[in-house]
Amino acid sequence: MSKKKVKLVNKKGLRSDKRRLEELRPISIEVGTLDKADGSAYIEWGGNKILVAVYGPRELHPRHLAMSDRALLRCRYHMAPFSVDERKSPAPSRREIELSKVTREALEPATFTELYPRTVIDVFIEILQADGGTRCAGITAASVALADAGVPMRDLVAACAAGKIENKIALDLNDVEDKIGEADLPIAILPQSGEISLMQMDGKLTAEEFQEAFKMASEGCMKVYEIQKDALKKKYATISTELEEIEPEEKEDEAE
Amino acid sequence: MPLIINDKQLVTPGDLLADGEYIGGENTFQEKDKIYAARIGLASILGKRVYVVALKGCYMPQIGDPVVGKVIEVEMSGWSVDIGSPYTAMLFVSEALDKPFNPRRDELTKYFTVGDIILAKVISLDRTNNPILTVRGAGLGKMTRGYLVSIASVKIPRLIGRKGSMINMIKRETGCSIIVGQNGRIIVSGRKPEDETLAISAIHMIDREAHTSGLTDRIAEFFKEKKLGTNNLVKKEG
Repeated sequence: MSKKKVKLVNKKGLRSDKRRLEELRPISIEVGTLDKADGSAYIEWGGNKILVAVYGPRELHPRHLAMSDRALLRCRYHMAPFSVDERKSPAPSRREIELSKVTREALEPATFTELYPRTVIDVFIEILQADGGTRCAGITAASVALADAGVPMRDLVAACAAGKIENKIALDLNDVEDKIGEADLPIAILPQSGEISLMQMDGKLTAEEFQEAFKMASEGCMKVYEIQKDALKKKYATISTELEEIEPEEKEDEAE
Repeated sequence: MPLIINDKQLVTPGDLLADGEYIGGENTFQEKDKIYAARIGLASILGKRVYVVALKGCYMPQIGDPVVGKVIEVEMSGWSVDIGSPYTAMLFVSEALDKPFNPRRDELTKYFTVGDIILAKVISLDRTNNPILTVRGAGLGKMTRGYLVSIASVKIPRLIGRKGSMINMIKRETGCSIIVGQNGRIIVSGRKPEDETLAISAIHMIDREAHTSGLTDRIAEFFKEKKLGTNNLVKKEG
């Protein structure tokens, strides 16, 4: 990257990609893109392109990792070698290992893992193209993929970041803003209860700035949540929402 | 504002279904007086009970379920059986043979071996133990002929239909015998291969359109069309 001073916010208050400060990048989510996976989602969030596959609950190998009271949630956040300007080694880096962990911890409070003791739910997050804010986009898509897999959940997990660029608080930083900007605050929330399952920060914010950034990011999460719900419903939009009553006693033995 | 959703409405995890005086059924969870959906599915109301008919999900065995399984391993005192759930089931010799089993004179592989498809019943399971199967009972045991079809296990109630209406129609129209496992595996066997393919395409149609209304009528229409020969191209699947 050049060392040239880039102007992040112009006189009209518009950012390098012509967004306002409190504006999200365009987000589109597609559900069920992979046939082999139990659940899957593909998200395009600005310049980010991320594919998520969920397998499970399924039998856990190696067995010694199994927990007798709940399912193991196993997350892998991985960036494709071609996802960034300079080739990224396909081996998991320190950063990817950390993001895998925080993603797992962001999703775990939302899933009813206790319903499937001794099993595993695998979540694979593959970053195909990165443009800043991939952890939030990854968590957002992963929770949609989990819901698509039919994993019982308390809520979807919506994630969004806010940050500080040129002394102004801005929503959803892209790659350039993240690199040159002063601070970044990614959060993930369970929108129904407002519980926070991920919050990280790099850079510096004053207490007031933090409050403002947090509020802005929470509002962003609520917008993301609506997009998630719409995406899930769109998959079944073609089916009529009517259903004959299926009573439990009809689960009769059909053996002859 | 006691009831928030309409009957048969598509819900996603976390959607508020009802508030107070209602009882949460399957695929829901309760926090204080509020009932929320835990899975993607269709919300249903039956009296005071609010529940969600799941559209997706893995098979969780229940005691008494008939299941179609595949023997994956022969062990010391029984067989490991894949029943398409997160838990591998066990079938013990004592539940398969009427006589005492003597491992010095007898071979387990004589009865069932790796790759065999069996129809069995779940007799026991809990959170700490894998399901245990039995093949004692009418019609249970090794399946030797027919097509094996797999559909999503959550759609099995739809395939059977109200009081078995759907499955009986397929049996009647195709003349095939159809064995349904609660785990989403179905064995179809008929006199002619054409009958079998017809039954299989009907089953796949139900799998695909399980949550639309008037499906029984559409399946009836499908059979009528096939009989008239207006569409001779039976999609071969399974």
